[in-house]
Amino acid sequence: MRREAILNIVLFLLLPVTAGAALLLDEPFIITLATKAAILALAGVGLNIALGLGGLVSLGHAAFFGLGGYAMGILAAHAQSYTPLMETPFLIEGTKSMPVIWLVAIVVAGLAALAIGALSLRTSGVYFIMITLAFGQMLYYFAISWPAYGGEDGLSIYVRNGFPGLNTLDPIQFFAIAFVVLALALLLAGRLARSAFGLALSAARQNAERVETVGLAPYRLRLVAFVISGAITGLAGALFADLNRFVSPVMFSWQTSGEIMVFVILGGVGRLYGPVAGAALFILLEHVLGGLSEYWHVYLGLLLLMVVLFARGGLIGTVAGREVAHD
Amino acid sequence: MTDRAILRVENLSKSFGALKATDDVSLTVMPGEIHALIGPNGAGKSTLIKQVAGGLRNDAGRIWFDGEDVTPLGTVARARAGLGRTFQISSLAMEYTVLQNAVLGALGRRGGAMRFFAPVMAKGELRERAMGALERVGLQDHAMKRTADLSHGQRRQLEVAVALTLEPKVFLMDEPMAGLGASGSKSMTGFLDGLRSEAPILLVEHDMDAVFALADRISVLVYGKIIASGGAEDIRRDPVVREAYLGAEDAA
Repeated sequence: MRREAILNIVLFLLLPVTAGAALLLDEPFIITLATKAAILALAGVGLNIALGLGGLVSLGHAAFFGLGGYAMGILAAHAQSYTPLMETPFLIEGTKSMPVIWLVAIVVAGLAALAIGALSLRTSGVYFIMITLAFGQMLYYFAISWPAYGGEDGLSIYVRNGFPGLNTLDPIQFFAIAFVVLALALLLAGRLARSAFGLALSAARQNAERVETVGLAPYRLRLVAFVISGAITGLAGALFADLNRFVSPVMFSWQTSGEIMVFVILGGVGRLYGPVAGAALFILLEHVLGGLSEYWHVYLGLLLLMVVLFARGGLIGTVAGREVAHD
Repeated sequence: MTDRAILRVENLSKSFGALKATDDVSLTVMPGEIHALIGPNGAGKSTLIKQVAGGLRNDAGRIWFDGEDVTPLGTVARARAGLGRTFQISSLAMEYTVLQNAVLGALGRRGGAMRFFAPVMAKGELRERAMGALERVGLQDHAMKRTADLSHGQRRQLEVAVALTLEPKVFLMDEPMAGLGASGSKSMTGFLDGLRSEAPILLVEHDMDAVFALADRISVLVYGKIIASGGAEDIRRDPVVREAYLGAEDAA
């Protein structure tokens, strides 16, 4: 078996084993950390489709993460105050149902990615980075200055949203939900990378001229990738807000975009399990180093520097070597 | 109107500042022929190929392809319409295997790049078409190699193989022999000779042996202008051509 395949299995089992052990040891806080890692990994899986497969360096994925978060916050806030979102021209009420919230988060983030991508993808290189960053910041300041949903203070949700048949307030059950969603996203991303779409998209990253010459339009491929990527990151945003029972404009900030990118780079850009490795490592460092020093980001920065300088393939690249072309 | 020409270029012009890279060029490519485009370095051959392929806007002129005016279309649409281009400097997806590059071509031909779940490299129509093209250029034993690990000559062959997977109505080939070496050049010449019955070729080539062996017609481009066009013998004898281009080789 290929080393990367073994590593992937280990990474896949890492979170549920950690959560399971924490359950046995009666450490609910560790379960929450594993849940957080799973949700952040999900956001990274989304970004990795644009960044790893498509070569689109988006510094604006906080926009989709935040939109997912606010989709949850707004729907749940209206449900808990028994006020409808709107009454004319038709009635829309809030909801406390996770599946409905997820659907809304996916659609809203996907549509935002379509609009942002349609404009940003006309540029490339550093301009693309700057434009995606600008869109993210636009939403950040909008969220801050919109008093209806808490403005700078954000929105608190008193009770975690519900999932049919499960008690979402039980940490292990909520972990299970987040992990299953992550697993499904990994399955989707894995299939995508090996599909006709993935072949063409990744070829457009390597050589756009080649793709045009065989009669495929790189812009369309990239736009579709950006929408899928944004939708997955949006779903992660909804789960993240549910984990904290709180949303605030911070979810839209460019630091959030940067953190999601850090997961992907730490784990290995373009590697299917890169975001899982990266997010798990990030949470581990935050927990261990954060306990030692308030300034733990210094060490994270050093580690990132080492990875970029000496281990371009990230954690997975270091262990498993150069990516083997599939089939 | 009966236009037998597969490709018809009419009064094409392109300037970069004061430089006229393409100056009122007209040419046709008829079914079954190899039309060679020769000229000294900097004559504008690659610019012309790029214009025909759609990568460069024209200042003036029209391009007709298979009876359709393709002037307003870009590279992607012209490739779809059946232009199979190979590049002077190999333009391939270097991280991919040789087979993946060929499958990409087959995918472009078949369409369906918006399929998100089925594994594209699985056994099937695309893979067969790709393998078939690789076999024809003699790369079947290297199918699983990374493209970046291929020799220069093998990359040239892969360029041609990808163009084959497109099953184009006309090939645009920019120096397919460049860097192939004597034996490689000879086998490529033999291959192109057979290829013309499938689709005509507009061939830019520096290898004069190959050009005179292959071409049904030759056009000579100097400073962006076609100064002569005709059969191999006519071109060899044309005094203007001898002076402008071949003369230098005769003197050497």
